[in-house]
Amino acid sequence: MPMPPESPDTSEADSLIRATERGLYCEAGGFYVDPWRPVDRAVITHAHSDHLRSGCERYLCSKPGLGVLRRRVAEDARVETLGYGEATTINGVRVSLHPAGHLLGSAQVRVEHRGRVTVVSGDYKTESDPTCADFEPVCCDTFITESTFGLPVYRWPDPGSVVDEINAWWRGNQETGRTSVIFAYALGKAQRVLHAVDDSIGPIAVHGAVKRFVDVYAAAGVRMPEVLTATEESRKAVKGRGLVVAPPSALGTPWLRKFAPLSTAFASGWMRIRGARRRQSLDRGFVVSDHADWPGLLRAIDATGASRVGITHGYVNVLHRWLIEQGRDAFVVPTRYESESGNDDGEVE
Amino acid sequence: MIRFTRLFQELDRTTRTSEKTAALERYFREAEPADAAWALRVLTGNRLIRRVNTRLLRQWVAEVTGYPGWLVDESYGAVGDLSETLALLLPSGGVGVNEPLHRVIVDHILPLPTLDEAGQRELILDTWATFDTEQRFLFHKLISGAFRVGASKKLVTNALAAAAGIDAAVMQHRLMGDWQPTAEDYARLISGEDRADEPGRPYPFYLASQLDDPPDTLGDLGDWQVEWKWDGIRAQLIRRGGNTLVWSRGEEGIADAFPELRQIGEALPDGTVLDGEIVAWESDRPLPFSALQRRLNRKRVEAMLFQDVPVVYVAYDLLERDGKDLRERSTIDRRAMLEAMVDAIDEDDLLLSPLIDAASWDELGEQREQSRQRGVEGMMLKRKTSPYGVGRKRGDWWKWKVDPFTVDAVMIYAQLGTGKRASLYTDYTFAVWHDGELTPIAKAYSGLNDDEIDEVDRFVRRNTLDRRGPVRVVRPELVFELAFEGINASTRHRSGIALRFPRMAHWRKDKPAQEADTLENLQRLLAARERGVSP
Repeated sequence: MPMPPESPDTSEADSLIRATERGLYCEAGGFYVDPWRPVDRAVITHAHSDHLRSGCERYLCSKPGLGVLRRRVAEDARVETLGYGEATTINGVRVSLHPAGHLLGSAQVRVEHRGRVTVVSGDYKTESDPTCADFEPVCCDTFITESTFGLPVYRWPDPGSVVDEINAWWRGNQETGRTSVIFAYALGKAQRVLHAVDDSIGPIAVHGAVKRFVDVYAAAGVRMPEVLTATEESRKAVKGRGLVVAPPSALGTPWLRKFAPLSTAFASGWMRIRGARRRQSLDRGFVVSDHADWPGLLRAIDATGASRVGITHGYVNVLHRWLIEQGRDAFVVPTRYESESGNDDGEVE
Repeated sequence: MIRFTRLFQELDRTTRTSEKTAALERYFREAEPADAAWALRVLTGNRLIRRVNTRLLRQWVAEVTGYPGWLVDESYGAVGDLSETLALLLPSGGVGVNEPLHRVIVDHILPLPTLDEAGQRELILDTWATFDTEQRFLFHKLISGAFRVGASKKLVTNALAAAAGIDAAVMQHRLMGDWQPTAEDYARLISGEDRADEPGRPYPFYLASQLDDPPDTLGDLGDWQVEWKWDGIRAQLIRRGGNTLVWSRGEEGIADAFPELRQIGEALPDGTVLDGEIVAWESDRPLPFSALQRRLNRKRVEAMLFQDVPVVYVAYDLLERDGKDLRERSTIDRRAMLEAMVDAIDEDDLLLSPLIDAASWDELGEQREQSRQRGVEGMMLKRKTSPYGVGRKRGDWWKWKVDPFTVDAVMIYAQLGTGKRASLYTDYTFAVWHDGELTPIAKAYSGLNDDEIDEVDRFVRRNTLDRRGPVRVVRPELVFELAFEGINASTRHRSGIALRFPRMAHWRKDKPAQEADTLENLQRLLAARERGVSP
């Protein structure tokens, strides 16, 4: 859960990138990174709704991210792309994009001006994920990092063992005639789970919100299993033996009840905490995150060699205080206010 | 420890009672008796040791991890469970131990209270070094108070009974008695033998069901024994081996709070178990339950209070005589034996629950109307031919209560519920009019169906006037008919009254808030109750 930021550290005012009411702004280049409101030029780290707003005049994103971005905003949106590591110049500012390992097309934004380099991480994870390019540390002076799981209780288990658990759970449910339902964010997590599960176990159905991105991933060359969309016919095939992948918003809906009896699970980093699962009355929680865990955050920060670290999105105050106490120069980058209901489609993870 | 950890995971990973029972049953079948005995001890809610100081646990975790105290506290704030927080913070590295549960308890847990701080630290740090994350979590649960796994004592009892292949009532009976967490005692618990001679062990209470249908659906009135339903504490009075024990339904020994009952016990012949009700009593009539409540929570009763609130034991069943279990005998047989026994004893505080005679159900119904004047809750109907059952087995014992009191009140505050209702506003405060203002009189949580709860929840969110911490002050518009079982004067409530068991009976959508009841109406009802007349 994002925490309200402290008042911003004013020492970042002279930075290449600073926080404004519309989001992170590069004044020298005249562009925003992941703006919160429509602007003229937007550089996008990834296509989750808390980072990508529709209505901007021009977008810049990674080549692999083009499909998901268009699917999200508009098929005719004006979008320029850069391959990972490729650079362009905007008003004299050198801009390049580098893999963030968060989801298909996710990028860190590297901005260079007058010999100073700032990197905005966007959301990232440091562990390997076969559905997208692996995170690459980028050397910089200032690193602006996310902190979604910025608490030491968040340490991810080995992804392979989690996949084994998911497969075993699915087989177990088949034996007792239950439909296995995994809740996963419709873009990114759902495709990662679909790529990983053993599709020889049984049929797989997906919610419409998941399906549209399955197609984009498949078009980008990521292996996706054959999936049914949840129609009357496919429901018969799936009920009692199949796997359903749906966004968390489907929990408790009539759509889902038609697959009953169910065993429900959530694939998320939040499932590291037992109470997070139990509060939602879920049967299982699988710790699968597209964000860096605590050791991952600290390793990523170290690897950049940055002398200053800006912290945004998540346990901002905790990570800030930790870095300061470790003798680092760190500052808080304000995060957009999140309403009580959270993100519009809940993809902050 | 490995098998016990798996049991915990199985219980933790389902919300279905049937799956929990199956998991427990498998455990009791498969586990070594020495381990199962300890598991049973823990699962039935007994703590193993006085809890280890959690401040020290936090401090040692900070030492081991190198995290500052504030980071441990922040983590605890996010996780909400200290045992889990500490397990997650500790460095991974412990590969886990194969030691059986009883060795873990004997070697790593039981010694803790005997050690000084340095000794505790050494033992706990050693334990952390070898245990894996899941084992550490369970270890913390076992040393820091009550161990809850989402399986009630009843569920554990049923599963153990199923594993042992004996009746659940027999198992409940056995578990009520004194047993130690040893392989020997565990073997006895799951054996087929009968140990009914063990002194002090109560029988499982037979509970009556609520009679909702008209009483003539029960057939001939002549088949039924009818008594008043007393407004007190149901309790078994046991006299065995020269000792007197009093067990309430919560399976607590409560003899200390009621010296009067010890005196009755002294007068009973050895090998006797009575079933009846502890009732506050003054000049031939019962006092309201609230009078008794003042006695309940005290283990030692001051002489003054003893004078103020005298209690009697109203006996209505005889479960054991001369050490013999009478529960299979018919209700009228047991009644005859009970009457003979009570008649032979000269104790003022021991009363026999009188039988009520009537020529017809209609006539009985008329007598039932006097329940409130008599200070009772209604009537009990017991089938004359029935044995003394177990649990809430329907059909032989019925409680035929008088209709509850009601009041039309306005909802003024709402709070989020707990558990499955955690995201919904389900806990409400209600008020009635007094001098042109709404005065809170009761909180109620139950009585609405799911659709109504959703509707009220939406109302609360759209009509919040103010927030006071977790409480929302809402526009005073919704009127509900609250039903309640009793009314008492209260100095703790602003309104000066306290309602007993208030719940929502109807949503009075037809009634505007202005037409809700007044506090004066409730005060009149209270005055009438205190004078002992029907309102």
